[in-house]
Amino acid sequence: MATDSQLDTWEVFMQSKPGANYIHAGSVHASDKKMALQNARDTYTRRGEGTSIWVVPSDAIVASNPDDSDMFFDPADDKMYRLPTFYVMPEGAKAI
Amino acid sequence: MTEQQALYKYCLRIGDDALIQSYRLSEWCSNAPMLEEDLALTNFALDMIGRAQPVLTYAGKTEGKGRTDDDLAYRRGERDYFNHLLAELPNGDFAYTVARLFLMSTFEYFFFGELQHSADATLAAVAAKTLKEVKYHMTHAADWVVRLGDGTAESHYRIQQAVNELWMYTGELFETDEADALLEDKNIAVDMGRIRPEWKSRVTNVLTEATLATPADGYMQTGGHKGIHTEHLGHILSEMQYLQRAYPEATW
Repeated sequence: MATDSQLDTWEVFMQSKPGANYIHAGSVHASDKKMALQNARDTYTRRGEGTSIWVVPSDAIVASNPDDSDMFFDPADDKMYRLPTFYVMPEGAKAI
Repeated sequence: MTEQQALYKYCLRIGDDALIQSYRLSEWCSNAPMLEEDLALTNFALDMIGRAQPVLTYAGKTEGKGRTDDDLAYRRGERDYFNHLLAELPNGDFAYTVARLFLMSTFEYFFFGELQHSADATLAAVAAKTLKEVKYHMTHAADWVVRLGDGTAESHYRIQQAVNELWMYTGELFETDEADALLEDKNIAVDMGRIRPEWKSRVTNVLTEATLATPADGYMQTGGHKGIHTEHLGHILSEMQYLQRAYPEATW
């Protein structure tokens, strides 16, 4: 694979409305923080998708290793009792 | 010159600047140095189309001959275009485009900042909306000027060359004529004498930060306000207006 000659990569996280979670939107190239933020704005908010942006240098993200998937995620597969489905909803509680 | 004629011309000047600059920035589509910048420049082009449209529509209404924004954009010859020469110059290299965008958007930032207080409600509304857009264009362009100026020897050389070459087109931005005088009396037009020092000071600050020299004011090009253009505008119009000229009334 050709090496990426277009500056560093940054991961872009967008908030669609105040209070909402920041969701990963994609990545951009940039040489510095200011440029990363502007490029994220120009690339991902053109159609009114967001009200706030985070940019993070891609190399600051620590990712889980696919080889560890068994150890990391499989143990959660057979623990139905961890789901809150079995609890009875208290009467009158609407927002749970 | 009546107030109506002055307003018509004033609107064309604003609309044509937006339309012609937009055309030049659109030429970067698929050609910018990186994808993100490609999107940024063409985004700006779309902002400018969004500015040209209501202003040319308003020009048509002011003229009172039933011409629409499309009629004015696609059926006028170059002598009836009143954009500043700076807007129509070819893109050159990336530094040249950045320098033009910087000089022009800084001008527009102060121009629309004043125009939003215009006694003309339509122009004031367009100015208030435009101000947010040009503030971003100016910021983006100024950041690039600093990055290139304070970058490598090559980028420093290119952006300094661009600023030097474009400087003689900046005097025209602040020119005034009969139309300005008439509209200024009615608190419709912007007082150019007021925004010129603000522009100069902002531009000088950014150039200094970019380790670039601010050129001395020497001979200044002129003509746009009279419809006398460089040879480049005709080429823009021949391409931009081709379809409406070849197939009048074409719709899709």
